[in-house]
Amino acid sequence: MPFVNWLKRKLVVIAGLLTLGYLLLPNVIVTVFSFNKPKGRFNYAWQRFSLDAWKDPCGVSDLCGSLSVSLQIAVWATLGATLLGTLIAFALVRYRFRARGAVNSLIFLPMAMPEVVMAASLLTLFLNMGAQLGFWTILIAHIMFCLSFVVTAVKARVMSMDPKLEEAARDLYAGPFQTFVRVTLPIAAPGIAAGALLAFALSFDDFIITNFNAGSTVTFPMFVWGSAQRGTPVQINVIGTAMFVVAVLFVLTSMVVGNRRNRQKA
Amino acid sequence: MTTKTTRTTKADPTGDVRLTGIAKTYGAFTAVHPLDLTVPQGSFFALLGASGCGKTTTLRMIAGLEEPSSGTVSLGDQDVTALPPYKRPVNTVFQSYALFPHLDIFENVAFGLRRRGLKSVKKQVEEMLELVQLGEQARKKPHQLSGGQQQRVAVARALINHPKVLLLDEPLGALDLKLRRQMQLELKRIQTEVGITFIHVTHDQEEAMTMADTVAVMNAGRVEQLGAPTDLYENPRTTFVANFLGTSNFIEAEVDSKSGDEIVLKAGGGKLVLPGARCSAPASTGGRVLAGVRPEKISLTHADDAGEIPVGRNRITGRIADSSFIGVSTQYVVDSPVCSDFEVYAQNIDRDPRLVPGAEVVLHWNPAHTFGLDASQDADAGVEEAV
Repeated sequence: MPFVNWLKRKLVVIAGLLTLGYLLLPNVIVTVFSFNKPKGRFNYAWQRFSLDAWKDPCGVSDLCGSLSVSLQIAVWATLGATLLGTLIAFALVRYRFRARGAVNSLIFLPMAMPEVVMAASLLTLFLNMGAQLGFWTILIAHIMFCLSFVVTAVKARVMSMDPKLEEAARDLYAGPFQTFVRVTLPIAAPGIAAGALLAFALSFDDFIITNFNAGSTVTFPMFVWGSAQRGTPVQINVIGTAMFVVAVLFVLTSMVVGNRRNRQKA
Repeated sequence: MTTKTTRTTKADPTGDVRLTGIAKTYGAFTAVHPLDLTVPQGSFFALLGASGCGKTTTLRMIAGLEEPSSGTVSLGDQDVTALPPYKRPVNTVFQSYALFPHLDIFENVAFGLRRRGLKSVKKQVEEMLELVQLGEQARKKPHQLSGGQQQRVAVARALINHPKVLLLDEPLGALDLKLRRQMQLELKRIQTEVGITFIHVTHDQEEAMTMADTVAVMNAGRVEQLGAPTDLYENPRTTFVANFLGTSNFIEAEVDSKSGDEIVLKAGGGKLVLPGARCSAPASTGGRVLAGVRPEKISLTHADDAGEIPVGRNRITGRIADSSFIGVSTQYVVDSPVCSDFEVYAQNIDRDPRLVPGAEVVLHWNPAHTFGLDASQDADAGVEEAV
């Protein structure tokens, strides 16, 4: 029975590794196929190793243009949603006002509603208002659906904050503005950062709402979708891999910085 | 002219905290009834009471964190009622310490100085950290310190601003008993060293008595009695104070006669003597008073030796219902005709082996230790609130 015993002891590790594999396998495939040199237009079968796509990531027409549009929208949507969302979160936690309960539940609606329904209603709204579909309508839509996520993230943080800390600041000669800048904001910062990251990721890869309200503007997800009908350029895998690497680096850096800070404290 | 000079030399009024008719109501609930209170400069003042008695609300009104419904708060000659907390020369040590979690110990302590625009704070902060013996911990974050250390940071962070008054809101509540005793002495030492007025809110009567020069006992939004700890303990004027500060035994008695400064009481067939000066109730012949005596003032003698008790002492007979050995003392509960559970604390100097539950005994004490209270109040007031 030594094998059964070994299995019992390692079961957690094995399960963990299998789950990790399940999570990471798609990324591995994307990365591997970014080094492929496909025959024909579809990058679905492995042929041979090549760096061609990496050397010329913008080689496919419109790809880098759409990427730039997506990044711009993501940055502005993050800024807008984070600013508004933080203000809303503070208002909801700190103040008792009429319709507070209603606002609290309405904020959740964009999260709960099927995206395609929201996309269609937004389009109806924009068309009725006679708005020109494009960059601005996409941005407005993105800020709207990112807002609820930011509010949720910031609210959790503000709720767990001891109101005595702000009293202590006021007691120690900090006026309302100083109290906010020196105490409230730094303590709420992790929640705000989490909300902002979430907003960026959601905005960057949104397809459904964007597709409905984009007019002739093409974002990166729309480009990928569109090109998948006619063939898949290797450059899409290159961009995908690059995004993955950037995200991993981001996480690693924050871990290293956090660890170093903890070590300094101890 | 003469009165003026005596006033300025006797006590400098610039630092007194004066509350005039201060009150706080929340809708229909009155947290603090109109209250007049003067805390002299440089004193260690305790507001003592059970939770919900209005002591913390009173403190927060002095800090400016709570707006009084009526009345004024003055510091010396300055009326500060309308000033926001950040403009008052008053600092607070909060119950949960409320240390800023994102700042290290140094920056926590420097916070007040920096907000007032001081550039070079290093020397002052280091001196202050030395005073509270935390010089080594300057670069740590609050969560890395123990409860006692956090408490000292909270004190340092407030004291460094040299406030006219330091407010302490149950600052030792979160500490264990041993550490609490240690911090009581520590706070007392710091107060003596810096000479700043301390106003200390607590529900722990021992803490209030060991630390404060003056204690105000609060109950249901009112100050029941104010005085030095020994004065409050020896001469309580209400049953609440008598029971909240330590333990008291009460005997319902009738005033038999008054002669000079002695009142003779009739209780259960026996006579008790009460010094007139120690009776806070109007004592007219035939009226009723509550005669109180503290458990440690009473001596316990076995009924067989009753003849050896000197004359002139108040005496009561009874039977020991229960006894518990504490070490330094033995606590007896005696069932007597005038009071069913008379508490007696006897020092374990010479223990009489006959004093066991069931034994017939005589309780006796020096009449000077008796105090008289108004019989119309509940004799058990404050028993449950005391911890």
